[in-house]
Amino acid sequence: MDAILTILNDNPRLSNAEIAAMTGMTADEVGERIAAYERSGVLCGYKTIINWEKLERTDKVTAIIELKVTPRKDTGFEAIAEEVMGFDEVESVSLMSGGYDFSVCVTGRTFQEIALFVAKRLAPLDSVTSTTTTFVLKKYKEDGVILSSQSDERGADVIE
Amino acid sequence: MNYDSLLNRTALRIPPSGIRRFFDIAAEMEDVISLSVGEPDFPTPWHVRDVAIDSLQKGRTGYSPNRGFTALCREICGYYSRRFGLDYDFRSEIVVTVGGSEAIDLAIRTLVNPGDEVLVPQPSFVCYDPIARLAGARTVPLVTRREDEFRLTAQALRERITDRTRLLILPFPNNPTGAVMRREHLEEIAAVLRGTDIFVLADEIYSELTYNGQPHVSIASLDGMKERTVVVNGFSKSYAMTGWRLGYALGPAPIIAVMTKVHQYAIMCAPTTSQHAAIEALRNGDEDILKMRDEYDMRRRLIVRGFRELGLDCFEPEGAFYVFPSIAATGLTSEEFCERLLREKHVAVVPGNAFGACGEGFIRVSYAYSTAHINEALRRIGQFLKENNLL
Repeated sequence: MDAILTILNDNPRLSNAEIAAMTGMTADEVGERIAAYERSGVLCGYKTIINWEKLERTDKVTAIIELKVTPRKDTGFEAIAEEVMGFDEVESVSLMSGGYDFSVCVTGRTFQEIALFVAKRLAPLDSVTSTTTTFVLKKYKEDGVILSSQSDERGADVIE
Repeated sequence: MNYDSLLNRTALRIPPSGIRRFFDIAAEMEDVISLSVGEPDFPTPWHVRDVAIDSLQKGRTGYSPNRGFTALCREICGYYSRRFGLDYDFRSEIVVTVGGSEAIDLAIRTLVNPGDEVLVPQPSFVCYDPIARLAGARTVPLVTRREDEFRLTAQALRERITDRTRLLILPFPNNPTGAVMRREHLEEIAAVLRGTDIFVLADEIYSELTYNGQPHVSIASLDGMKERTVVVNGFSKSYAMTGWRLGYALGPAPIIAVMTKVHQYAIMCAPTTSQHAAIEALRNGDEDILKMRDEYDMRRRLIVRGFRELGLDCFEPEGAFYVFPSIAATGLTSEEFCERLLREKHVAVVPGNAFGACGEGFIRVSYAYSTAHINEALRRIGQFLKENNLL
């Protein structure tokens, strides 16, 4: 895989000049490649990972909703996925193998708000046959980043 | 009791590490961002850990032979043969030790007599001098210079050889400078040593971490050098196994026999869980090494560029995972620089003079950290230089 993608995946805040130094390219070449990846949709966006719990905010709740649906005759799962991902409350939608069809990640300000969203918007959709809502209590790791701080005595006084 | 008059005088006289003070300051601060630790930030590859766990579950918790499990000795000799073209007999020319550190200790204690002189290129890792002193020998520093890319030159070596010279330490790829001795540079050193009674202790612990497409060359692989060289290596840096404490020494059978005797009385054998893990690392770990090296290489380029952008002279290291920029232009000593940087910006780096007096005017910075961590440290160092008008 292109080293630029690996580097950006790990740290999207690096400048083109820095990535150029790391890969032995020029900054212009890096810029062109990134632009090409953005145009072709390989690079879809740059995400911030915030540990909301650190801010002691109580107005952000996340739930994972397991959705069972009846695929439609012509469009299968695609049209249903499009409908579901259209809601602002929905953070992610994935088609799953196994006991249910879609895994939908939803955020809201309160448990109540999410419950209402499921009851009033998701469940009534044509094709949806059942929903199971599971609330997230604590996040430990997100997108490869460990959120809870760990401490260990990592060679603190070793001169190696 | 008056301990000072009762304890071993040589041990008492070994100066305490000058860096202790920095760690004490850093320990009391929050949000310290450290580029001071010289160990990989990767965990040991999973398949290696898995084999160790399996050995524990199966109850393989006893001693090994003094020199190490035969299977491990075979694997290490096979590895040195395929990687560095050096053939050692797994029955008589290897001893497995508690980290490279024990191998260094055994080698020095075996190779020198009281009154002998040990040549130590500096700046270099901090252990050679204390161990040589404990063996009753005297350390003679060989200064390596920025203008020689911190390589040991034949001239510097020749100038310091006396009738009492018994041992040359050759610590390359070098901690803290990142310098590498290529074949042509080693040839010059070998030419000085051939025909003398001087031994070489080649500390090759960073041998897998070389960049710019220059694979490590062991001085033992040069004509006439194997008979006078003890090679020290280990698993800490190449396989990210620092905490497992596993290393080894390779050398002529008569030397290894004496080293193994000392090892037998002092240590018995290296930890056996670690030995099981190391066999797996050598059999199936080549890809792990490459992956980590590529990652270090990118960070190396990032941090060299970073220091140069800040206006500090930074030698481009070809090995290990340290940069050794000069801070002479700031007018501060290495210790002043490091202490003020720590107090004012909460960034921890190591003063160059910790690695020998000639390291004065430099700082050692480890890049075994994430790019985000490196860039945050560089940003704070930039602020530090600017706010104090140091450049």
